[in-house]
Amino acid sequence: MAKIAAIPMILTALCVFVGGTLWTVVYSFTSSRLLPKANWVGLDQYERLWNTNRWIVSIENLMIYGICSLIFSLVIGFVLAALLDQKIRFENTFRTIILYPFALSFIVTGLVWQWILNPDFGVQNIVRSLGWASFEFDPLYNQDIVIYGILIAGLWQGTGLIMVLMLAGLRGIDQEIWKAARVDGIPTWKTYIFIVIPMMRPVFVTTLVLIASGIVRVFDLVVAQTSGGPGIASEVPAKYVYDTMFLRQNLGQGFAASTMMLLAVAIVIIPWAYLEFGSRKRD
Amino acid sequence: MKSFRSLLCGTAMCAAGAAHAVDLEVTHWWTSGGEAAAVAEFAKAFNEMTEHTWVDGAIAGSGGVARPIMISRITGGDPMGATQFNHGRQAEELVEAGLMLDLTDVAEAEGWRDIVHPVSLLDSCTIDGRVYCVPVNIHSWQWIWLSHAAFAQAGVPVPTNWDEFVAAAPKLRESGIVPLAMGNQPWQASGAFGVITIALAGPEAWAAVSVDKDAEVAAGPVYAKVFEAAAAAREMRQGSNVQDWNQATNLVITGKAGGQIMGDWAQGEFQVANQMAGSDYSCLPGLGVNEIISTGGDAFYFPKQSDPDVEAAQKELASLMLSKEVQVAFNLKKGSLPVRGDVDLAAANDCMKKGLAILAQGNILPDANQTLSPDTLGQIEDLMTEFWADSSISAADAQERYADIIANAD
Repeated sequence: MAKIAAIPMILTALCVFVGGTLWTVVYSFTSSRLLPKANWVGLDQYERLWNTNRWIVSIENLMIYGICSLIFSLVIGFVLAALLDQKIRFENTFRTIILYPFALSFIVTGLVWQWILNPDFGVQNIVRSLGWASFEFDPLYNQDIVIYGILIAGLWQGTGLIMVLMLAGLRGIDQEIWKAARVDGIPTWKTYIFIVIPMMRPVFVTTLVLIASGIVRVFDLVVAQTSGGPGIASEVPAKYVYDTMFLRQNLGQGFAASTMMLLAVAIVIIPWAYLEFGSRKRD
Repeated sequence: MKSFRSLLCGTAMCAAGAAHAVDLEVTHWWTSGGEAAAVAEFAKAFNEMTEHTWVDGAIAGSGGVARPIMISRITGGDPMGATQFNHGRQAEELVEAGLMLDLTDVAEAEGWRDIVHPVSLLDSCTIDGRVYCVPVNIHSWQWIWLSHAAFAQAGVPVPTNWDEFVAAAPKLRESGIVPLAMGNQPWQASGAFGVITIALAGPEAWAAVSVDKDAEVAAGPVYAKVFEAAAAAREMRQGSNVQDWNQATNLVITGKAGGQIMGDWAQGEFQVANQMAGSDYSCLPGLGVNEIISTGGDAFYFPKQSDPDVEAAQKELASLMLSKEVQVAFNLKKGSLPVRGDVDLAAANDCMKKGLAILAQGNILPDANQTLSPDTLGQIEDLMTEFWADSSISAADAQERYADIIANAD
């Protein structure tokens, strides 16, 4: 009975997700322009893609953004949660303040940080007006560090949620464990690292998935903050896909790029899923 | 129940009454002050001179935002009554897929081929001998706008051509003025490059590359000069840290920058700021070197609909947009040039008159939008964005990559 009830869901998943994905991959081997047409060109689109400077820059940016965002989100999120977990006063207030940015869309976040990081109006200007006239902080106008300007905004927006999830995980740890650790004379930081964190594995998996999906779809933040500039220094793959498909009317090229994105996600997901679900069977 | 029945009756009556009068939704991306005023002229004429009603479907943002929305509505089976595109190849595939209304009968009955000037505008609406769109205005890119105040401050006379401008640049720099204002939006860089090309390489070389896609010319010595000039212009724009084109125009208006290479839509900004052409600012078509303008601009397409009444209304609107009175009223508000040579634009300002004179002499080129596909233009735009932002890319490297794009262009 349960299987019959699940049929509509399975069909939808197969047709919409798997079907749509396969269709995209198949048409990435065509020279489709504005409308999908089945004139096959083999691997031409991929060849062009990997010869395009903008795509290479996009991939590099995604790597930098991804690795930094993963590490900093987890570390900052966990440290904030651990600090809040010390039974401090006004915990609710702090929690709300830190979670608040998450209520804003990436577009708003991007615009806000565009102003904050603008050298003529934002941080640089404030510090200079305090007397430090040679102070320079204009990440959004410097090709070499622009991606970190975007990273700051992304962390500001996303870390709050990670912190709340971590805090929930910490609260789920039995108080008896803390007591036992204290009786054994284990220092607090050791308890966190060797006892609490391994126990919080499910929470870490959840946050990891949330952060990873946030990384792959980073698009609106870039559009709002820099629109890929200065030059092409802050382009990301999702923006390349959007631009080629909808602005440049080159579906084939856009499909090829999105297939590469899918492949990248698969390379990360498949080993992880194998470890995660494969090991459970053996248990 | 009663009210429901009367509602039903009302709907039925409406349906019967609407057999001739049609609500026609028109989508476009004209939302700034002057643009909205201009499109209101279309709406007014349509509402007053026909029995149909203009339903305004303005899409905020820019063409880049609006076009995907329009295209997805047309391909998704929810076509609007009429829609704006730029002259050229943006809607080419939609026409080929049979999604656009064929206007050939209207065009032949009214003799569009005789009245549209330059006739190349009609050619870019024509596919396989059938006419699919109505050109409504001409916008040209080939202008440089110069601030008299900035040059007075630097103590140099206002240049009359590009070479004088380049020569005056160091003086401007010394007085703390940015010689060349340019925003960071990608299209501004590739547009300015196009203008420099036509001015320095000349129309023949430009046509060889942009129309005939001759990669050898693109890699040759004539274009090498253009890339050298663009690299020099890249130095001149250092310090204009603005995003939007109108912010860059504002640097010129306030005398913080010497000049800006920008299309004729920039003069709307000067007008709003109460600047007088000739005394506060100058405009040099073709950078004062080759007085030639390209004939880009906007055209309206009419997506195919099943209802014959709607089709009739679409054709009425098409012929209305090209009529003399509407052309004058619309283009004066828009600051663009009319698409027919037989109308009187006495109210035009100095810069517009210069443009009209060049148009009358026939010194015109097609716009790159008409000759290259959006895909190729996008690749050029990427290259230009990179080149203008990163001074470590040499002119020769950029030229090589440019020639490569042209070799693969379609």
